[in-house]
Amino acid sequence: MKIHKYDTVIVGAGGAGMRAAIEATKRSRTAVLTKLYPTRSHTGAAQGGMAAALANVEEDNWEWHTFDTVKGGDYLVDQDAAEILAKEAIDSVLDLEKMGLPFNRTPDGTIDQRRFGGHSRNHGEAPVRRSCYAADRTGHMILQTLYQNCVKEGVEFFNEFYVLDQLITEVDGVKHSAGVVAYELATGEIHVFQSKAVIYASGGTGKFFKVTSNAHTLTGDGQAAVYRRGLPLEDMEFFQFHPTGIWRMGILLTEGARGEGGILRNKDGERFMEKYAPVMKDLASRDVVSRSIYTEIREGRGCGPEGDHVYLDLTHLPPEQLDAKLPDITEFARTYLGIEPYTDPIPIQPTAHYAMGGIPTNVEGEVLRDNTTVVPGLYAAGEVACVSVHGANRLGTNSLLDINVFGKRAGIAAAEYSARTASHVELPEDPASLVVEQIERLRSGTGNERVADIRRELQETMDANVMVFRTEQTIKTAVEKIAELRERYKNVSIQDKGKRFNTDLLEAVELGNLLDLAEVMAVSALARKESRGGHYREDYPNRDDVNFMRHTMAYREVGDDGAESIRLDYKPVVQTRYQPMERKY
Amino acid sequence: MATPTLDKADGAGKPEAGFADSPYITATFRIRRFNSEVSAEAAWEDFQLEIDPKERVLDALHKIKWDQDGTLTFRRSCAHGICGSDAMRINGKNRLACKTLIKDLNPEKPITVEPIKGLTVLKDLVVDMEPFFQAFRDVMPFLITKDTNEPTRERLQSAEDRERFDDTTKCILCAACTSSCPVFWNDGQYFGPAAIVNAHRFIFDSRDEAGEQRLEILNDKDGVWRCRTTFNCTDACPRGIEVTKAIQEVKRALITRRF
Ligand SMILES: Cc1cc2nc3c(=O)[nH]c(=O)nc-3n(C[C@H](O)[C@H](O)[C@H](O)COP(=O)(O)OP(=O)(O)OC[C@H]3O[C@@H](n4cnc5c(N)ncnc54)[C@H](O)[C@@H]3O)c2cc1C
Ligand code: SF4
Ligand code: FES
Repeated sequence: MKIHKYDTVIVGAGGAGMRAAIEATKRSRTAVLTKLYPTRSHTGAAQGGMAAALANVEEDNWEWHTFDTVKGGDYLVDQDAAEILAKEAIDSVLDLEKMGLPFNRTPDGTIDQRRFGGHSRNHGEAPVRRSCYAADRTGHMILQTLYQNCVKEGVEFFNEFYVLDQLITEVDGVKHSAGVVAYELATGEIHVFQSKAVIYASGGTGKFFKVTSNAHTLTGDGQAAVYRRGLPLEDMEFFQFHPTGIWRMGILLTEGARGEGGILRNKDGERFMEKYAPVMKDLASRDVVSRSIYTEIREGRGCGPEGDHVYLDLTHLPPEQLDAKLPDITEFARTYLGIEPYTDPIPIQPTAHYAMGGIPTNVEGEVLRDNTTVVPGLYAAGEVACVSVHGANRLGTNSLLDINVFGKRAGIAAAEYSARTASHVELPEDPASLVVEQIERLRSGTGNERVADIRRELQETMDANVMVFRTEQTIKTAVEKIAELRERYKNVSIQDKGKRFNTDLLEAVELGNLLDLAEVMAVSALARKESRGGHYREDYPNRDDVNFMRHTMAYREVGDDGAESIRLDYKPVVQTRYQPMERKY
Repeated sequence: MATPTLDKADGAGKPEAGFADSPYITATFRIRRFNSEVSAEAAWEDFQLEIDPKERVLDALHKIKWDQDGTLTFRRSCAHGICGSDAMRINGKNRLACKTLIKDLNPEKPITVEPIKGLTVLKDLVVDMEPFFQAFRDVMPFLITKDTNEPTRERLQSAEDRERFDDTTKCILCAACTSSCPVFWNDGQYFGPAAIVNAHRFIFDSRDEAGEQRLEILNDKDGVWRCRTTFNCTDACPRGIEVTKAIQEVKRALITRRF
């Protein structure tokens, strides 16, 4: 075991982690621990754009953006945070441009902007061009630009280090962050990083679904690490299902495709979104479009021999426009489906895409231990966190924005905390014990369960039971199945017993995280007896503001007998300007 | 009713035997294995599996790892050609495993999978990427401007100027190009195509003001002049970047000092 001492430790090197690192490195001695090489992070997969009311191409302002964010989130958004997001959006796009990001340009040479779902002029009047973009590679450009600037600033990375535990020490009865424990992939060695501040920026958890736009590595490690230490997770029942994933594969086809004029059609060629969202049509918010697609499928208007998908039609758009604005996604269709989007519609289905919930923080990125108290020294930003600017449903282009705005804020806040805190809190006794035990248990396991089987069954049950449509019955089925899988997980064994690059072992660890988080999601969903944003209950099809205008807070409890359970609590929503209204598009 | 699950193709792993129009075929993957904890020597190992030829090589590697041999080791993340983790030598050519469909590989014959060349193999298909990233860092891959006060709004750039370096912004640092280059195989000191591509991305960006410095770096004995224009890199690039052309443009800029 090696012990390292830093002022600030950042877990993750995607957009949020690197944006934080650029700030933190300037202000404090900072280490970035990341399980992937920074440029492999899934921020690089983001396509469509980043929202900011620059008003470069038409009238726009941050207040309209705030409203759209709040409405898009079905009023579960904390409005003070949404206001910060929309206001600071403008500088955060300009920051990136100054760092070198090659945005697409208008004829005047300013940053070009395009339409995106749920973003509107003057509180829903008509779609507005608010998304700043670089073809359909916006996330790639953000990730590259931030990495380039990390190289420039001399940010210190520990690549292929997996953070597996959060260290907490009580000082005068108050829980403080003391650091993290990491596993080095190359050697199998365990490292303890003692630090004054820790920022989680470890991304999403989509891999508990089967059809997903998320990378294999998005397994919710950060959420699981703090949750296991008794800290809450907020709004985990809210997961976004993006309408246009490649049929069966889940690979994302950006909403920008519809922003450029793409149309969803059923087997009769009908533009069905006109029925469901007369004003915004194909650009209604994602939860609305995903449900509309499944309604078409259920009512027998799906395409293909099994009627199990619909079409994204780009054939009426000029090939030059597709080449210039959507080069990557049209190539995905060619590579993976053998389809030519110039002439043929693309088969799509909703795909599990984005975790609205996560580690609760305030607007400075400080992690909450309950509804109001922060854990000194602990921060989170990006998809791992829940501020909450996305509420029950995130608007497209608001996450690339979130990682930049709140990544920066968390980076500054954490480094300033490190700078003003005289000394490190002490490490707990035997700090690596939990990880050592976990690794040893998995490495020496002789049970007859396999990681791949349990993961497959988990993904199948999640897709079948807690996806776009949920009922008491389906969620209960999922809860029971997850409980069974958690039992079976105790008997997993792995084949690779070695130390070097043991990805077999890490897949087992990641599966453990997915199981914990899937359970939290299902239990939170079961208790929310209403429909709101991404959480749609067929048995409670309406939003219920009287009983459920509140955030879910899920805590792990361990009884005296060692039995684990989940305790749910609730946290009020911050409402400032906007009164909840019915959401129509 | 639950959400309809639409995913039947790659469900429980094995297809039903004798199913008439089963899309599945039997393919052999011949994989270069190396694990220093087991043996000092690398060796080939064959795996057979039934798989839909429309699936990716990465899917096949996963099936092997998940169902046959958990020790098989490779890097991957996004699974759709965007993160650059899984460049490998497949049937003798550098490609991304997640962007290569089995049907395009003549699966009647064994499909060979090896680590990319020129970088130290650490385990199976995993190589040491550090020298590769070092070369990238050495070309100062970040925008450098000399203006003393930051502009308040964005810098202006015409669509035409933006287009000038579009091709080289697409790089995902997968190393398929550099590790396909015979010059790099013989001499790891050579910067390699990927570093030059990333220098090109800034040299030809109208906003950047350090083109001269970058050109000097690449004027080094291990710089662009080592390139012998074999086009392996351009063939290998999964992003379709015209790598050789970018290198040529850098060479030309060094001669004319115009860029
Ligand atoms: C296909 C796709 C397209 C999208 N398009 C858009 C879009 O157009 N606009 C938009 O606003 N949003 C979009 N999103 C959402 C957005 O891209 C993501 O929410 C956002 O990029 C997440 O960034 P992040 O920094 O939080 O996490 P990530 O970029 O996922 O980074 C996570 C980091 O954490 C590290 N990590 C994870 N676990 C550990 C661990 N245990 N130890 C150490 N490190 C760890 C990883 O190595 C990685 O560096 C898209 C998402 C997807 C999947
Ligand atoms: S130029 Fe192409 S092949 Fe080379 S590293 Fe970049 S993406 Fe990979
Ligand atoms: S896994 Fe990301 S490029 Fe292949």
